[in-house]
Amino acid sequence: MEFKFFSLFGQFLLMLKGMFTKPENFRMYWKEFMNQCVDIGIGSLGIVVIISIFMGGVTTLQTAYQLVSNFVPKSTIAQVVRDTIVLEFAPTLTCIVLAGVIGSKIASELGNMRVSEQIDAIEIMGINTKGYLLFPKIAASMLMIPALVIIAGFLGIWGGKTAGVMSGIISNDEYWRGLRQEFKPYNVFFALTKSYAFAFIISTIPSFYGYNVNGGALEIGRASTRSVVVTCILILVADYGLSALLLANG
Amino acid sequence: MSFQHLLPGNLYYMIELVNIKKSFGDREILKDVTATMESGKVNLIIGASGSGKTVMMKCMVGLMEVDAGHIQYDKQNFTNLDVAGRKELRKQIGMLFQSSALFDSMTVEQNVMFPLDMFSMGTLREKKKRVLECLDRVNLKDAAKKLPAEISGGMKKRVGIARAIVLNPKYLFCDEPNSGLDPQTSLVIDQLIKELTHENNMTTVINTHDMNTVMESGDHIVYMFQGQKQWEGNNKDIIFSKDQKLNDFIFASEFLREAKEMRQMDMFKDKDWREQFKKQAEAGSDEKKAAE
Repeated sequence: MEFKFFSLFGQFLLMLKGMFTKPENFRMYWKEFMNQCVDIGIGSLGIVVIISIFMGGVTTLQTAYQLVSNFVPKSTIAQVVRDTIVLEFAPTLTCIVLAGVIGSKIASELGNMRVSEQIDAIEIMGINTKGYLLFPKIAASMLMIPALVIIAGFLGIWGGKTAGVMSGIISNDEYWRGLRQEFKPYNVFFALTKSYAFAFIISTIPSFYGYNVNGGALEIGRASTRSVVVTCILILVADYGLSALLLANG
Repeated sequence: MSFQHLLPGNLYYMIELVNIKKSFGDREILKDVTATMESGKVNLIIGASGSGKTVMMKCMVGLMEVDAGHIQYDKQNFTNLDVAGRKELRKQIGMLFQSSALFDSMTVEQNVMFPLDMFSMGTLREKKKRVLECLDRVNLKDAAKKLPAEISGGMKKRVGIARAIVLNPKYLFCDEPNSGLDPQTSLVIDQLIKELTHENNMTTVINTHDMNTVMESGDHIVYMFQGQKQWEGNNKDIIFSKDQKLNDFIFASEFLREAKEMRQMDMFKDKDWREQFKKQAEAGSDEKKAAE
């Protein structure tokens, strides 16, 4: 079991190392990178918009439900919503959802290419398949996932305000005042650091499982499921690790 | 050391496999195979399922690494080449896969243009011209704008051939080009590969089960049996071969045995072939005597 883990980890590192060679044709790599940006970024935008707005709305309602004391100003609700969304919900929850959306897409796409010998066909042409197929996916994820997290943060806070105002819990002015109270820019830095770490996990783990598929259609499904499960677990572990590392000293 | 490269004309061997071995765990798939794939000829690798022919082809193109021995392309040791060297050599290789391996999201034209886009510095107009030339050569000019999902299995194979030859390769590999095709379409594919090989003087290596391909296209045939090279010759030699394992594999049915006898009779009517066969038989008996 231990040896299998080290063997897999070694293969994973070799895969990453194998991506970094001189591109055969930079224009083709750029084209593939742009395609992946559209697939990963624009393709996931819809789900990110929906979950962020509802996530913000629910956070506002639940925070208001728990803060029933008259001694706590209502603007505190906005403050709690802001920090919850920026620190945790926007990066982690969004990335857990993206692990399912993008991760399964990457793993099944590469798995299908492997099973139908398309990867072999590209290899035979003298093209570095790791560089041409994996690197643009990983680079596009590293660019688009943090962008999606930023969008999720803004939409979550806006969704929280809309839900609060519509249900009469908090006024527009109180919400805006709360957002500005004790704002720490470091929290945004922390959220972005997490989003880069998660983007790396979301793109590399499914790439590894998809690229190394052996067998047929069943194995593609299994690889896709396994990659999403491993990605989610690693996101949670990384979330805890980064929080302990970057927030532990207050 | 091999001196075969010093031999004149058609005896110039393009791909040499020297004592190659390949195992998966305890299972030995290729057992010390030495063979040559000749220039300007259609070289066939035949054998029953599990005899090691696909592994042999994958080793030849570098999709699998050999455990021992080496493979030479035009006197260049492919086995010892570094990544950059292999990439350079692979630009001279075209391959048709069993499943055609076309890119699903690209049209037929884009599939054929892909290697040109990657490696050619020409203008878009020049590339399109070359793509249309190749598609025209495989009679698929009208299907240029279609997706792989919209064309038949035989057409996919022809697109695969067009993609494989678009960069004018020196070596063409075909993994079971007739699998899943009807006999008539198989004939078209065989004929196309044979014509392209002779037109462009390529070294073509085909991995096949198809007996029609063996009899019609086999300029040079390697028969594999349980991971070893059992027999080597051409499609004329095969008719008169005394190798029991080869005969059991090729002429498996009553119908094929009768067809073989008829072909033997036809060939004996040809005076030139009769003379050649006599000479070969005499040479064989001389060698036997010398050995005794």
